[in-house]
Order: sequence, then structure tokens, then C-alpha cells
Amino acid sequence: MGTYLVRRFALMLLTLFGISVLIFVMLRMVPGNIADILFDAAGMIDVSEKAKLEHELGLDKPIVVQYVEWIGGLARGDLGYSYVSEKPALDEIAPRIPITAKLAGLALAFSIVFGVPLGVLSAVKQNSTLDYILRVVSLSGLSMPAFWLGLLILMVFVSSFGSIPIYTDPPKGFWNTLWLYSVPAAAVGFRSSALVMRLTRSSMLEVLRQDYIRTARAKGAAEWMVNYRHALRNALLPVVTVIGIEAAFLMGGLIVTETVFNIPGVARFLVEAIRWRDYPIVQNLVMFIAAVAVTVNFLIDLLYAVLDPRIRYAS
Amino acid sequence: MTAKLTALAAAMLAAASVAGARAAEPKHGGILHIYHRETPPSLSIHEEATFSVNVPAMGIFNNLVIYDQHVPQNSLQTIRPELATSWEWSKDNLSLTFKLRHGVTWHDGKPFSAKDVKCTFDLLQDKASDKFRKNPRKDWYANVADVTINGDDEVTFHLRRPQPSLLAMLASGYTPIYPCHVSPAQMRTHPIGTGPFKFVEMKQNESIKLVRNENYWKKGLPYLDGIEYTIIRNRATAVLAFVAGKVDVTFPTEMTKALIADIKKQDPTAICEIKPINVNTNLIVNRDSPPFNDPQLRRAMALALDRKAFIDIILQGEGDIGGTLLPPPEGVWGMPPDILKTVSGYGDVNKDREEARAIMKKLGYGPDKPLKIKVSTRNLATYRDPAVVLIDQLKQIYIDGELEPVESSAWFAKVARKDYTVGLNLTGNGIDDPDQAFYENYACTSERNYTHYCNKDLEKLFDAQSAETDLAKRKKLVWEIDKKLQEDVARPILFHARTGTCWKPYVKNLTIMSNSAYNGYRFEDIWLDK
Repeated sequence: MGTYLVRRFALMLLTLFGISVLIFVMLRMVPGNIADILFDAAGMIDVSEKAKLEHELGLDKPIVVQYVEWIGGLARGDLGYSYVSEKPALDEIAPRIPITAKLAGLALAFSIVFGVPLGVLSAVKQNSTLDYILRVVSLSGLSMPAFWLGLLILMVFVSSFGSIPIYTDPPKGFWNTLWLYSVPAAAVGFRSSALVMRLTRSSMLEVLRQDYIRTARAKGAAEWMVNYRHALRNALLPVVTVIGIEAAFLMGGLIVTETVFNIPGVARFLVEAIRWRDYPIVQNLVMFIAAVAVTVNFLIDLLYAVLDPRIRYAS
Repeated sequence: MTAKLTALAAAMLAAASVAGARAAEPKHGGILHIYHRETPPSLSIHEEATFSVNVPAMGIFNNLVIYDQHVPQNSLQTIRPELATSWEWSKDNLSLTFKLRHGVTWHDGKPFSAKDVKCTFDLLQDKASDKFRKNPRKDWYANVADVTINGDDEVTFHLRRPQPSLLAMLASGYTPIYPCHVSPAQMRTHPIGTGPFKFVEMKQNESIKLVRNENYWKKGLPYLDGIEYTIIRNRATAVLAFVAGKVDVTFPTEMTKALIADIKKQDPTAICEIKPINVNTNLIVNRDSPPFNDPQLRRAMALALDRKAFIDIILQGEGDIGGTLLPPPEGVWGMPPDILKTVSGYGDVNKDREEARAIMKKLGYGPDKPLKIKVSTRNLATYRDPAVVLIDQLKQIYIDGELEPVESSAWFAKVARKDYTVGLNLTGNGIDDPDQAFYENYACTSERNYTHYCNKDLEKLFDAQSAETDLAKRKKLVWEIDKKLQEDVARPILFHARTGTCWKPYVKNLTIMSNSAYNGYRFEDIWLDK
């Protein structure tokens, strides 16, 4: 197990290195840089002023030198300065992480709390009216685009309550925070829970047909014991994988929800930074999201062993 | 009895009118909430060229002079003193002297003086040791030979030739006075001004906060305790936020006719105005690239345009047909209708297209042999949509266009290196003024002369109108130039857009300018009646 962990950790570092090279090169392949964007906003190109700005920002250095400087800084905890705000990149990125983490956490909680039990219920009551209803609901959750659902929710709030649950100021207090994040989290979580529910259902149906389930029933085990202790635990493996992927996705993939609900989180910030070609922000933020994704995947691999005793990681 | 009743009615009327007057008396306090369409690149007005900066930043600063904030049409007649108390032209019109206001302090407590005015213009003219990161309006002051000070309270602008429009440029929202003691870099991140509001913070993607300047030199102003701009990128969310009362004012000029109809349906009390913004959409043709080096071909393209169709399709009728300068009544300098209709290409569309087709046939093109071109434009809806209509209209004269959307950041670089044949562009004018429009867009050496149109004789007329102090004579010269520019197909103007702004009825004293989107955001005497 120890060797496995070390190997997995080394693989994680290698993955992150690959991502760092990829994002660095890809960013520079996109047309234009911050100087182009700034002058573009002014509707003009002053070649000498542009060259001066590129020199000031070190954009005229060879690409390898720029990469080494960035990675060196990252290793020392120096993320550089945002080209746009001219503030330390860390100061710009750090406050946004808890915002997205709260939203992603709530959305994930929503998807698990609703997705798993309803998936089990749907499987256990296969082909009943309840099953059909749950399947239609889950299908609609997967089919509705997030921006459409988000706007629909906002319109309902405005027309029914005369208020709008969007982020205009940092929320104060626990309940205020919960209220502000729970509406967009529900919008995101609806899709995620639909996914989790459908996967739980199909996985449960497969497990419920296994011989050991029949054996458990034959031995006189209670139905809830069969469903939750024997079936669900084994059916959870693919579900946990999907939940893990969702968790990693939610950290950087909430662009639509953050835009519709005006939440100043990581994803919206990343898109804005890409628009400005704000390299220090984009590179470091992508690395952060990649680190989260890689770590979550690593933790899921570990969780497999906990959930399924048959899985053993040999050295 | 009747007399008594009349007296009672009169007394009640008087009481009601007093109450009404009281209700109309400005109230202090409250935070004005406005949504902002994007995070501005910085709040240093001199370094930027978008009113995304002017809207939140104008309240931080003062100019020497400013357009009257409650007269919608900016003109030389509506310029009022601000940090200057008065101004005077020399007899030869070659120097303009401003007497400056006493007792004005910067937001950090340091006193304002004539030195600050000189510093500002040294920066703008690249004469200072400190430099702006970019200086988009350097050309505005090309005719200013020097700025000299006489003590702390007087400053004189020395000109190379008379230029009445200098005052118009100084009155623009684009011309605040900066402090000597604060570097351009700090002005980008934490601007210091003398204006009614102090800068508190700008959080990217979140908000911009301004707070009341307690020491503002206009006693009793501003009425508001502060202004908060919430950055809402999604316009649908922004509209809902306005309807729900989360914001009091929409971002200026952001509302289309359709959106206003939607707002009024949901909130009938909302006040909305649609006005020109002095931004024109135009056709640019690379006149050095064959076959477009043939003036006949360029003329045929100009004759193919149906400007009304553009306005009806793109703006649901909310636009104006005109030349380079914004047409009247909102525009001060635009060609009047009787002159406009005499300009080639502004008459009967069918007749013009017949003529265009004849030219094209003479040049060897026809229905079976169309001229294949790419129509390049920025990959933004405001550019793309009219470009599609343009392609459709060019088809009428055997020109088969294909849309080439260009990544926004690469657009001006592409145009500047003439890497296009036919394109569609938008030109915003900071002020409704011929000097700004002509020199910036049509002077042979201007960076913004995207088609590289160059007519030395016309440039002499640019100078002549610029130096003309008689308004009526100047207007005639301006119309003559504008007509010539359209007939030379320098940069055919497709339309001038009108857009809207909405606000809640309790927001008082808000005036939306009708011939510029850059000059009306000082907000010092706005108040909230709630």
C-alpha cells in the first residue's frame, strides 16, 4: 500500500507538471496578449508603447525563460502579479476559492443527499409509478441547460417574491450565507443529483440481481438490510467515482452558474482572466484547479479500498 | 360661501404645493446602486478609452471645465467652470488662461494647485518623467505647444494655432485633472481625485465602491453617501436585478428597445430613456488591396448600402442615418437632412443600387461572376450582426461576402497592419466635436485611420474648421468636409445607434447625455427620494 501511495503521488506530480507545460504553451498560442487587449480597448495600436508594456511585463523574454520564472516563483509561493489589477495574483485568487468551494460543496451535498436515496428508491421500486416519476425528473435534470434553469429560478423569484437571490455583497452570518448559496447550489445540484440518481439506480439494479443478494434474502435478512447494507455498499463504487469527478468539475466548471447568479467565484474569474490574457492569474488558477482534480481522484482511489475489501493495492 | 370655499381651496393648493416643493427638495444620504457591465481595466481615465471606466470614475475627479451635467446636449455653450473659476482666450486666440479655484484639496488632504494641471498635461503630452502605460488621447492635445502656470491659481494653454475645440476636449469626462504627487501606476489601482466621491475599492468581477467626499469643495454636495457599482456580466441577470430593486440604475446605454419593453412590463414605474450614444457603425475598405484600390469599386459598395434596413434589423428602428458626425437634432455638428440627402449614396436605395450594379458590370463582375470577398469584423455581436446584414446587401451588387469573425483582441492589430480587405467597425466619439472626429479618424497619420484614407487638401480644411471661431461658418465647413468624406468613401457610415438607460423613479437629478456616452457621470447632485 505504501509503495502504491508513493507511486500515485509521483504520478500526481508528473500530471501537474504536464498540465503546467500544457497551459503555459496553450495560453501563448491564443491570439493576442494583455498588451493587445489593453490597446484594443483603446481602439488603437501604438507599437512603441505596446512594446514597452510587453517589456515591462516580461512578455518579450523567450518562452522557456518565462516558464522557468513562473514555475520557480510557484515553487517559492510567489504567484506574480495580475496584469490587470496589478495586485499580487495570490491576493486575487485566494478570496475566490472559498466562494466557489462553498457553492461546490453545497451543490455536491445536494446531489448526494437527493441523488443516492432517490436512486436506491427508484431501483428498489423498479417500474412502479414512483420509479417513472423519478426517472422523468432525473432526465429533465440532465436535459435542462444550467443557464436556462438558473435564469428560470431567478425569474420565478423576481415575479413571485420581488427579490433576487444573486450575489451583490459578501453575505454576513451563517444563515445569510446558506441562503445566498443554496439557490445556485440547488440549480447546479439538480443536474448533479440527476446524474448520481441515475447511476445509483442502474448500479443498484445490477447488484440486486446478484446471487449474494438472493442468498441474503434466503437467509431471511430484512429488506432494508439487503438494500442498504448488502446492495448499496457494492453499488456505490461507480457512484463514488462520478461524485469525485463532479467534485473536481464543480471547482472550476461553474462558469454558467457563477455568471447567472453573479457569484464572484473561481470559474468566472478564470474566464475573465483568459479574456484579458492575464497569464499569472490563468496559469496559477488552472494549476490550482488541476491540483484539486488530481487530489480528489487520488482520494477516490483510496476510498475504493475502504468501500470494497476485495480491492487491495499490491506493491 | 363661494368665496370661503375658493379661499379654502387656494389654501389647500398652496399647502399642497409647499409639500410638493418639500418633497422635491434634495435629501442627503443613501447609497446609489448601479450595475456595471464589466470589470474596467483600471479607473485611470486618462489611460483608458471606454466609458466602462468613465461611468464609475468620473465621480472621483474634477476637470478644469465640464459639460453642464443637466443639459443633455453637450456643446461649447454648455461648458461650465469646475476646478477653474473662469477662462479667457487671448485676442489672437492662441492662449487660453484659466483662473483656478482656491481651497480645493485632493482626497488625501493635499492642496490642489496649478502645478497639478501642468503635471496632468505633461503626462498627456509625454513630457513628464513618469509615463502612462498607454495614452490613447495624446493626439487631442497635439495643438497645445505648452502649458504654463502663473502662481498657484492660474494656468495658461499656449496653442500653435487657434482651436476653439480645445475647450470641448477639456470639458469631456475624459479630461480629469490628476495630482502631481500620485504616480500613474497608483492612479490605476487607487485613484486620488478632487471629486465628489472617494475611491474605496475595486474588486474584479465583484464591485466598485465610492464613498462621499466630506471635504468636497462644493459645499453640501454630494447628496449621496456613496455609489456602489455591482459588476453583473450577464445582462439578463442585470435586468432582473433592476426589476427586483437590487440596483437603482442600469448601466448607462446598455438597454435595447426590446429589453426596455420587458422592464416596463415588469416594472411600469421604471423611467427609461433611449438616446444616441455617438457611436457609429462603419464600413472599412482596404484601399491599397486590389481590386479595392479602384475608387469605382469602393463607390459601388457605398451605393449598395440600405442604411434604414440596418437600423430596422439591428436596432428595431432605434438609430439615425448620418455622416461622420452625429446627425441633428441631438448632434450639434452633423449634416442637416437637406444636405444629407444630397450626398451620394444617401438617396433612393433602388436607384443607387442600379448605379452600383452598372459600375460592377463595367468592372467585369455580374450575377455569374461575383466578386468573392471576406468581410472581417470583431467576434462580438455588436459587430457580427451588422456585418451579416452588410454581406446580404453587398450580394445585391454581385459581391459575394463571407464573414470572417476575428478574435476581439486581434482585431485592431489586424486592421492596423492592413491585413483585411473589407471590414465592419464601430467608432465611438468621446465628444461631439469635429476636431476629435476628423483628426482621430481621417488624418493621414492618425493611428485610428484604419482605411489609411489620406487627402491633404481635406486636411487643410480640417485645420481651417478647427481654427474657425465663428460657429455658423465652422458648421458649414464641417458639413462640407463630412460630405466629401462620405463621397470619397473614406469610411462609409452605416448608422448611428441609440440605446437606453433605466432608473427607478426615486433616483432624482439623473440626466442622460444625448450626444455622448462619456461625459455625464459626475453624479454630485443625484439624490434618492426614499
